Amino acid sequence: MKKIIPIGPYHPLQEEPEFFKLYVDGETVVDIEIEIGYNHRGIEQISTTKHYDQVTFAVERICGICSTSHPFAYVNAVEDLLGIDIPIRAKYIRSIIGELERLHSHLLWLGLAGHFIGYNTVWMWSWKYRESVCDILELISGNRQHYSMFKIGGVRKDITKELIPQVEKMCNDLVAIFDMFKGAVMDDPVIHARLKGVGVLTKEDAIKYCVVGPTARASGIDIDVRRDDPYAAYGMVEFNIPVLNNGDVFDKAVVRILEMYESIKIINQCLSGLKKEPEGNIETKVDFIQPGEGIGRHEAPRGEVFHYIRSDGSNRPVRHKIRAPSYMNVASNKVAAVGQTISDAAITLAAVDPCYCCTERTTVINLNNKKSILCWNDLIKLSQEKTEKLKNNYAK
Amino acid sequence: MGLIKKSLLKSLWVFHLPLSPCNNCDIEILDTLTPKYDLERFGIQLVGSIRHADILLVTGVPNYKNWQKLKYLYEQAPKPCFVVAVGTCACGRGVFKDSYNSPANVDEIAPVSAYIPGCPPKPEAIIDGIVKLINILKNAKK
Repeated sequence: MKKIIPIGPYHPLQEEPEFFKLYVDGETVVDIEIEIGYNHRGIEQISTTKHYDQVTFAVERICGICSTSHPFAYVNAVEDLLGIDIPIRAKYIRSIIGELERLHSHLLWLGLAGHFIGYNTVWMWSWKYRESVCDILELISGNRQHYSMFKIGGVRKDITKELIPQVEKMCNDLVAIFDMFKGAVMDDPVIHARLKGVGVLTKEDAIKYCVVGPTARASGIDIDVRRDDPYAAYGMVEFNIPVLNNGDVFDKAVVRILEMYESIKIINQCLSGLKKEPEGNIETKVDFIQPGEGIGRHEAPRGEVFHYIRSDGSNRPVRHKIRAPSYMNVASNKVAAVGQTISDAAITLAAVDPCYCCTERTTVINLNNKKSILCWNDLIKLSQEKTEKLKNNYAK
Repeated sequence: MGLIKKSLLKSLWVFHLPLSPCNNCDIEILDTLTPKYDLERFGIQLVGSIRHADILLVTGVPNYKNWQKLKYLYEQAPKPCFVVAVGTCACGRGVFKDSYNSPANVDEIAPVSAYIPGCPPKPEAIIDGIVKLINILKNAKK
């Protein structure tokens, strides 16, 4: 008997609110339908009614978890239109903020992934350590989220030389924590059994569905805007891009953990670069935005963000097009989740990168009498029970 | 002190409704439950159903696809139920005031008992807002 599991209506577990309908046959997911639009706020239209400086703040409000990615891509687009170069100090600061955001976003994901497979300790731990990343961001920008550090032509705030050692120490303290998480994920046989071979996205499917970011890199596609099309300070620093080949949830987790080490590496190089640059030189003045068009890209924690700006010479953009990474990544669930059992569906859908605000809105509905059988909590419980069972098996 | 009020003050259960937020307020709400702030030690807990909740935490701007749901949820909640608007969007729609897809403020759809402004409010601010609400309840006559 075929049943439908609606995940939504407007807040499933993903970053951007969508509505998933899982068609299940017994325990197996046979099809998935995706509907979006529940979080539509008309940002592209709003940004054509604001002047260029205000748009930086408006696009920051697209997403709270990657709240630097959108301003980053937007200022890249406007600077592409203007054809200007920004001071090196500003470039370093931009990259530092971008990488700190990647750290907090990946830690957040790791915690939620732990929660979905029944490791609530991992959830609490990684959110606890995420606080120290938030503290660094608060130290630099004055706010825990929505840092408002970017402006066209530079950054709004400098990282002074008194701050640098403190930030350096706080960042390097995180490495021990990543070691712990890496050990916890890599060495635990239960996690191996639970995540390996689950939600596999093959390289062919990944190319077909145009996935980006860690989702693509876990499927063996070596893409990263930071290296392929360097912007800000990414052309001036050394870093590796971890690529794994299996495309399952395990690899998606490992790619994110390895990426956090690279982020620390980038931040350290940027901080030592900052020490050499004269303080205070953090922006190029922009008086006038000429007619024309520009594109900007940024490697957000979830993948490539793309912004397009068209100007007619007035103080407002006439067209502002935004493409966020989850839009592509979410569609890949269509192949990753199909053929899985329901108890694996939670973590498979979450592997693309989940968002919290949604976890209580799933029900399994029996088509015959329209009665709710399972809710999202039950799904998580199912998932956690499976882990528990595996744990007991290993204990024997 | 009535039984309902007494039990309310001991443990407020919270249902979290994200309308169309940017996730920031939602992260901060969740943050208050994690080890650094740990609100659960005061009996405050997130619950999965509005029928178990004493507080409806609303974040984000209502839009045409979801503003009705806030109304339905408030109607379904066992009274007394206090609506708390978290963040600038829920308090007064912020930058989305002029959006073509934002029909009304949260307080035009359901009665709001407490506003916690900020974009996003810090976890401390959220805790402070809830504590103020508890104090008002404590000093209320009924």
